[in-house]
Parts: sequence; C-alpha cells; structure tokens
Amino acid sequence: MTTTDEAHILELLTEVKDPEIPVLNVVDMGIVRKVESEGDKLIVTITPTYSGCPAMDVISANIRTVMRKHFGEQVEVKTVLHPPWTTDWLTDDAREKLREYGIAPPEKGSPDKSLLFGEKAPVACPKCGSENTKMVSEFGSTSCKAHYKCNECLEPFDYFKCI
Amino acid sequence: MTQEQKFEYLLRLGDNALILGQRLGEWCGHGPALEEDIALTNISLDLIGQARSILTYAGELEGKGRDEDKLAFFRDAHDFRNVLLVEQPNGHFGDTIARQFLYDHFAWLLFNELMQSSDEQVAAIAAKSIKEVTYHRRHSSEWIIRLGDGTEESHAKIQQSINDLWMYTGELYTPDALDEAAHAAGIAPDLTKLADYWHENVHGVLKQATLDIPEDGWMQKGGKQGIHSEHLGFMLAEMQHIPRAYPDAQW
Repeated sequence: MTTTDEAHILELLTEVKDPEIPVLNVVDMGIVRKVESEGDKLIVTITPTYSGCPAMDVISANIRTVMRKHFGEQVEVKTVLHPPWTTDWLTDDAREKLREYGIAPPEKGSPDKSLLFGEKAPVACPKCGSENTKMVSEFGSTSCKAHYKCNECLEPFDYFKCI
Repeated sequence: MTQEQKFEYLLRLGDNALILGQRLGEWCGHGPALEEDIALTNISLDLIGQARSILTYAGELEGKGRDEDKLAFFRDAHDFRNVLLVEQPNGHFGDTIARQFLYDHFAWLLFNELMQSSDEQVAAIAAKSIKEVTYHRRHSSEWIIRLGDGTEESHAKIQQSINDLWMYTGELYTPDALDEAAHAAGIAPDLTKLADYWHENVHGVLKQATLDIPEDGWMQKGGKQGIHSEHLGFMLAEMQHIPRAYPDAQW
C-alpha cells in the first residue's frame, strides 16, 4: 500500500465518529493504529480507549461499513492492546473540537495522576475559560470523562481525563 | 508451564476482574450519591473490560472454542478461579470500598509486574489495565481516608469493614504451586515479593486514615483452586440466568 492510498483511507475513516462524542472521529482520537493490505484484503487496526469502552463494537462495525462502501467486502477490523492508548494521541484539532463541544480537553503530556490527592493541574472551563474550577467526581458520564464545575460561570462540565 | 496451567492462571486473572466487576454492577441505581453510583459502575465497566480481554485470550489458548461469553456464563462456581475477597457481598458502602481498596492495591502491584510478563498478550493487557487500576486505587484509597478520618460513626464502620475482610487478603499474595509455576515461566511475578509492598502500601493508607491495622491472623483460602464461599453461587445464578435460559441469543 502506498502512502497516498493510506492517506486516502485515513481521510475516508474521518467519516466514522465516536458514538458517545460525535464531534470526534476515529482518526482525531488516535485509535486507528494502522491501515494495511494483505492481498485483496484491507486491514484496519484499532485500539480501545478504555478496556470496557462500550463504543468499541459500534466503532468497529461503522469502520467496516464505511470501508466496504469504498473497497468491497474484503475488509477486516483488528483490535490491538499494545501500545496502550493515551490521551496524548488526541490531535490538536480534536482538542479544539472537544472544547467547542463543551468538554474540557485533557492536559497534554501531563497525566493527572495526583489529581485526587490535591495537586491537580488547572482545568479551564470550556464555556468561559476560567481556571477557577472544581472537580466534582473523577468519574463522569462515560469512562473517559470526569465531572467538573466552574466556580465563575457555575456551569457543570465534563473533563476528558488523562490516561 | 503447560497450556492447561497457563489457562488456569489466566482464569484467575480474568475471574477476579469479572466477579468484582459484577459485584460493583449491583450498585447501579443504589449508590449513596449520584457521583458514587456513577463511580462504582464506571469501575465495574473497566473491570468487565479487563475480564473480556483476559478471558478471550484464555479461551484462545485453551483451543476448545470457548470465547469470553462461554467462559463467563457457562461455568459453574467450582470452575471459577477468583479469590474469595472479590465475591464477598457488597454490604454497605464502606464494605464495598474496603473490599475495593484491598483488591486495588494488590491489582496495581500485580499489573505493574505483569507488564514485564514473558507472555506478550498478558503484558499488553496489563499495560492497558494499569492505567485504569491506578485511578481505581486512588478512588478507593481516598474513601478509606475520608471515612476513617471522618466522623466517629464512619470511622467505626470502615474499621469494622477492614477487620471483617482482612482474613480474605492472605490469598491474594500467598502463592500456590500454580502461581510458582507461572513465576518460573516468567509469566507472573513472585507473589511473596508483592506481599511486602502490599502491606507497606495498605498500611500507609490505613495509618493516614487513623485506622488500626489488623493483624495477619488465620487466612481464608480456596478461591484460586475453585473452592468458594456460598456467596458466589447466588451471584452466578443472577449473572448467568439469561444466557442459560436463551443460549446463543443475539441482539
């Protein structure tokens, strides 16, 4: 497969959105690890964000559907665990889309490991930009999000937590 | 280490995650506060995800066509290899947190070591899981401190929960012949080494929580060999009845 083919396929894959965060596509999220061909077969390799992420099955099915539309029946979607997905793989574009959608993007390259023991990195409110925010719970509406609120504009919001 | 032994070892890892995940799922809609309801079920989801990866791999190694669902839903209690700790009933919120705390500290140490496993798939699953276990452990440790160093009532209750569950902790870090074989094959770490770290870490949090550290007295064991407490059967009955009533049903 040539680099042009690969770029073309990745472009097509941007049609596949995360069903739980529909502003992001699978390429933005960094879950597409490889596209390759084996004879007539096209193989797309993806990695899960979280072990139990219920969106993965839907994502695989949607990738198959989109790829079949362009390349016929010979499409396989493989899942690999290694190397494990990290929020650092979210593209800058994806971070901006998240913010516009009302979800605070993860701090780049700084896994907030000590968050709950008080030494938290500031998380800016996606609505008003204030860093005067407070974590309500490390667990939110999906595995990948924590629940925050803004002390300035009083809006509750989701934070895409670092892993 | 034979393939059968390796399969058995993987069942231990997978069943711990599956059974604890199912237990936490019982909290869905019953959490003491909305945030905790969501937290416990989020953790449940992570654990079930880990169980899916491990049991899928175990089934492939076994080579008898059993997938994750066959292993989860069509085995009886004596075929489960989880430790006794994880099958203990939820009790009140403090009991659940104490159980989680004791397990999380073990799982965190274990997965850290399993990342260096000679088995690539085990290492990959461990590297994925450790990220999740890290915040599970943070969540449960924080609650231990908050409850222990909280009110007189919360202190007394969480102390009792820790005391009640302590006899199930020895099984986590006491190796049997299979654990030793897995260690010799480079698949798993030496559990006796983890024991020291586990005590150190758990004691540290308990002290911070102003709680008394129970003595390591007589320890319950048997789960890893398939000899379970009476609680597991009831739990499996609920977990398995739909797939058993409608085998191979799809939606």
